[in-house]
Order: sequence, then C-alpha cells, then structure tokens
Amino acid sequence: MSNDSYVTDDGRTIGPTVMEMKNITLRFGGVKAITDISFDIREGEIRAIIGPNGAGKSSMLNVISGFYVPQEGEVWYKGKKRPPMKPYQVAQQGIARTFQNIALFEGMTVLDNVMTGRLRQMKANMFEQAIWKGKAEKEEVENREFVEKIIDFLEIQAIRKTPVGRLPYGLKKRVELARALAAEPSILLLDEPMAGMNVEEKEDMSRFILDMNDEFGTTIALIEHDMGVVMDLSDRVVVMDYGKKIGDGTPDEVRNNQDVIDAYLGVAHD
Amino acid sequence: MPEQLVFAMEVFTNGLMAGVLYALVALGFVLIYKASGIFNFAQGVMALFAAMTLVGIQNGQVPFAHLINAIFGTHVHSFGWNVPSLFALIFTVGVMILLAWAVQRFVFRHLVGQEPIILFMATIGLAYFLEGFADLMWNSEIKTLTFCLPGELCLPQGMNLAIDDAAYNAWGVGFFIDNLDITATLVAIVLVIALVAFSQYTKQGRAMRAVADDHQAALSVGISLNFIWVLVWSLAGFVALVAGIMWGAKSGVQFSLSLIALKALPVLMLGGFTSIPGAIVGGLIIGVGEKMFEYCFGIGQCFGGVINLGGATENWFAYVLALLFLVFRPQGLFGEKIIERV
Repeated sequence: MSNDSYVTDDGRTIGPTVMEMKNITLRFGGVKAITDISFDIREGEIRAIIGPNGAGKSSMLNVISGFYVPQEGEVWYKGKKRPPMKPYQVAQQGIARTFQNIALFEGMTVLDNVMTGRLRQMKANMFEQAIWKGKAEKEEVENREFVEKIIDFLEIQAIRKTPVGRLPYGLKKRVELARALAAEPSILLLDEPMAGMNVEEKEDMSRFILDMNDEFGTTIALIEHDMGVVMDLSDRVVVMDYGKKIGDGTPDEVRNNQDVIDAYLGVAHD
Repeated sequence: MPEQLVFAMEVFTNGLMAGVLYALVALGFVLIYKASGIFNFAQGVMALFAAMTLVGIQNGQVPFAHLINAIFGTHVHSFGWNVPSLFALIFTVGVMILLAWAVQRFVFRHLVGQEPIILFMATIGLAYFLEGFADLMWNSEIKTLTFCLPGELCLPQGMNLAIDDAAYNAWGVGFFIDNLDITATLVAIVLVIALVAFSQYTKQGRAMRAVADDHQAALSVGISLNFIWVLVWSLAGFVALVAGIMWGAKSGVQFSLSLIALKALPVLMLGGFTSIPGAIVGGLIIGVGEKMFEYCFGIGQCFGGVINLGGATENWFAYVLALLFLVFRPQGLFGEKIIERV
C-alpha cells in the first residue's frame, strides 16, 4: 500500500494504490489455482499479470472481478476491505472487464452493446424510465454522447449499427473494449486482449490500450502470455507460475529475474 | 356485394380478433423464454390467477375465506364493499409483481444453470400450485368480470351496431363484430407498442435484452440477473393480467381460462419462441387460419362445398398447423435459426 504519486519517464502520473490483493488463495476442490498471492494496482498505471499457460492468471482476474470468491485472503479496494460480492456488484463499483473468449450481446448492435456499459451511470428510476420523461430522457442523451466519443476513439464508427454477431473476431474484441471503457471504470481488466490476433491487430490493440491510459487516465490491469507485447506496454508486471507469484516489478526487473527466466524457458534438471 | 362474400369477410375479421387474444397469451411466454430460457407452462394459470384476483378485489371478497372459516369457525365471505376497477387493477398489478418476486426467490433462484427440462418441470409444478392457490384464495365459483374505468368507460359487451348498420346500408347484409374483440385488439396493440418501446429505449429494457443474450457479459456490466428475472416475470404477469381480463370478460372467470395457454402453444410454434413480432403474427395466422378453415372446409362454404368435414375443425386445426411447422420449419417464422457448429 502506498499513498505517494510519481511521474513516469513518459510524463504520466501514477497515483496511490487503488486495489490491493492480500494473500489470496483460491482452490477448486483439491486443486490450488492460486496460492498466497499479494500485489497492488496503482491509479493510472498499466499493470500486467503474466505467466505460462495454466499459471492461474485468469483465475486471478476472476477473483478481482468477483466471478470467483477466494477461500483465503482479502481484496482491498479504494482503501476499504471488500466484502464478498456478486460480479454485478463489483461491476457497479467501477471495475469493468473483458473476456478471453469475448462475451458480447451478439443479437444487439454495436451501439447498444456499448450503451450497456453506461448502465452504471444511468440513475433514473423505473417510473421515470417507463414514462420516458425528465431524468430518463436527459440521461439517455448524455450517455449517448459519451458513448459516441468512445466509439470514435476506438474507430468503430462505421459499424455502429451492425449486430455484433456479424462482426469478425478482431472487431468484436474492440467492441468489447469499447463497452468496458464506456463504464468509465476505476480499473479496467483485460483478459488476454491480444489472444488470437495477427501482428497488425496486436499493434492496433496496443495503441488503443496506451491511448486509453493516456487520454482517459484509465487504470488498466491486463493478462497476457505474450511476453514481448506486455513488456512494452506495462509499467509494472506480476509474474505467476503454477499459481504462485514468482516475480513483481518493472519490466526490466522482471526480465532479469532468474525465476521468471526459468519459468518461461524451462530449467535443466541435473 | 353477395351475402356469401360478406360472411367470409366477417369470419376473416373475427379470426383476426381471436388471433390478437392468442397473441396476447403467447407474448407472456416469449418474454420469459427470451430472458431466462424458461418455457413457462404456468402462463395460462397466471392469467387465471390475475383475473380471479382482480374480480375478487373488485367484489370485496375476503381472501382465503374458506380457510379462515374452517380454522376459526367464522362465517366471513365478503368485506361488504366494492372496489372501483382502476384501484383493483393497480392492486392486482401489485399482487402479480409480488408473485413474480416469490417465484424467482423461492423457485428459480435455486435452479440457475439447470437443464431446460428441469426448469420446465418446475413451471408445471408452479402451474398446479398456483391453480390450487387461486382456488383457496378466491374460491372456485364461476365469476363474471365487468371492468369499468372512471367516466363509465366499461369493457363493452355485445356486437358493434355501428359497423353492422354501415354494412347493412352498403351491402344489404349485416356484419357481426364483437365490441369486446375490437377493444381487446386496441389494447393489445397499445400493449405491444409499449413493450417494444420499453425494451428498445430504456435502461431496464436494454438490460433485459442483454440478459437474454449473454448472462456472463450482463454480469460484467453490472446487471443483476435476479432483478431482471423478477422484472421479466412481472411483465409476463402484467401481460397475463391483460389477457385474463379480456378472456375473462368474454367467457367468464373460471378454471377453463387456464387452458388458453394450450392455444398459445401452436402460436409459439409458428412465431418462434424468441420473437415478439412472431408471437403477434403467429397469433393472427392461427386465429384467421382456424376460422377460415372452419368456414371453408369445416362447414363446406368454399368450392361449392366439395369438402365438408362436418364442423369442429377449430379444435384441432391449430395443432395440425403447428405440427406441419415442426416438420418443415422448426424455428418458426421469425425464430432464430438453429445452427449447430461441429
């Protein structure tokens, strides 16, 4: 936990800790997916969680977003210990996420999909909604404007009215990102944002992630197993292997960590 | 205009109006099926329960009167007052929302992620429970339903004389349309427009469609599945109430009312389980189809009476049509095509 801020080499301000995981352990029956892991996420930074396949990265993300409840450990969010919560409650607190295998509303248009990201900001009650007057109408207009900004930003204007089910994979990933970003999240969780993409699409996605962080000041926590991409993007990296934390620090520190090198390249057993 | 043709038109129009009522019942099924994948067998009983509650409140009946009398040896039956229809309606909506919450809280919340057949069985159980519950609460006498809004705006009974007169003056033949059917059609149209507008342009409507599409994604944008399910069951309860009022005013509030659900099944086969426009069009096709079929072949009025099945085709026509659809177009007219990836 730290309360001070610092400025990075490229001039972005990294604020105090916004989320802290303390000694998290997650078990499925007898299998330990995560063993005693602690780390923090600071405001405005890009934090990566990396590790080989099966290291427990996705489980970690699911713990943060409330889809899994850990057996041991505490999650601290904005200086308070978080009680056990349903995923939708975590989302309402301002933690948005994307999924490794994309979870979009396939039957709805791109615009409608991104608008669902704004549900958190829409406060009009059922009655106002039903008669479509006053707050409800004003809100819809305001939120629509914000959503158009996001759609512009992610360069998906051309497909605004297209049902998501008809889009190719790369664009779907971008729509999912737009929906998460539309929520103006305190923390944006990205589960393998580059998975299944070609080099060009990966470069696009990297650019969007950096711009998002820069322009909107969004705190981002992402999971990747492609080391190269992550090292260029992130401010700090957590490395996991077999459910344990084996490294934590700046990309340079992590790259020179012997345990990390071993996990990725394998160790000679002699 | 020949008398024969006017009669055919009359049959056609009445078919359309009957179709609207079928569609109204089918709509309740579609709402719940879309949002939660539950085929709600209890929809018809919900219509019955809603109509009985409305009449019971209107007439100032004491709920559970038999039960109370049996336990305490009293003889209470009525509060001795009459409640205006509008207040009774609002109160009944409240009861239906409470029912929606209870169904979600005590039944389906515990069955999340179960096989569709298990959810279906639960709704069958619910149907029988609700039927018994309605009986216990409001007793099983056949009741007449009259519904009047302030200003003497009552649900009309009997045939529409204006249309009859106009037809008589123009063609020299009368034209029979039931006033109640015309009202039911107008109410159904307003209801459908309101439902579509709600689901397209409001926050809750968008959340409803989101849940219908993908549960996991809905959770990740902060939608509570439980809340949406209660909302959907409430809406279905409201649709059931409207259907119950219309059918109840037509043929009395009695237990056969719950069987209207069976008429909605072929409508769903035609329209598809997931499409609101499908429910409407399916209802109209069934309504018109069965009336015209009866007219043409049931009582042999077409093609010089070559085919005359001797009547009562209305009882089976809808189901045979549904069967044909099952064979040749199982997803219905508007349902999403089922494609299995291998």
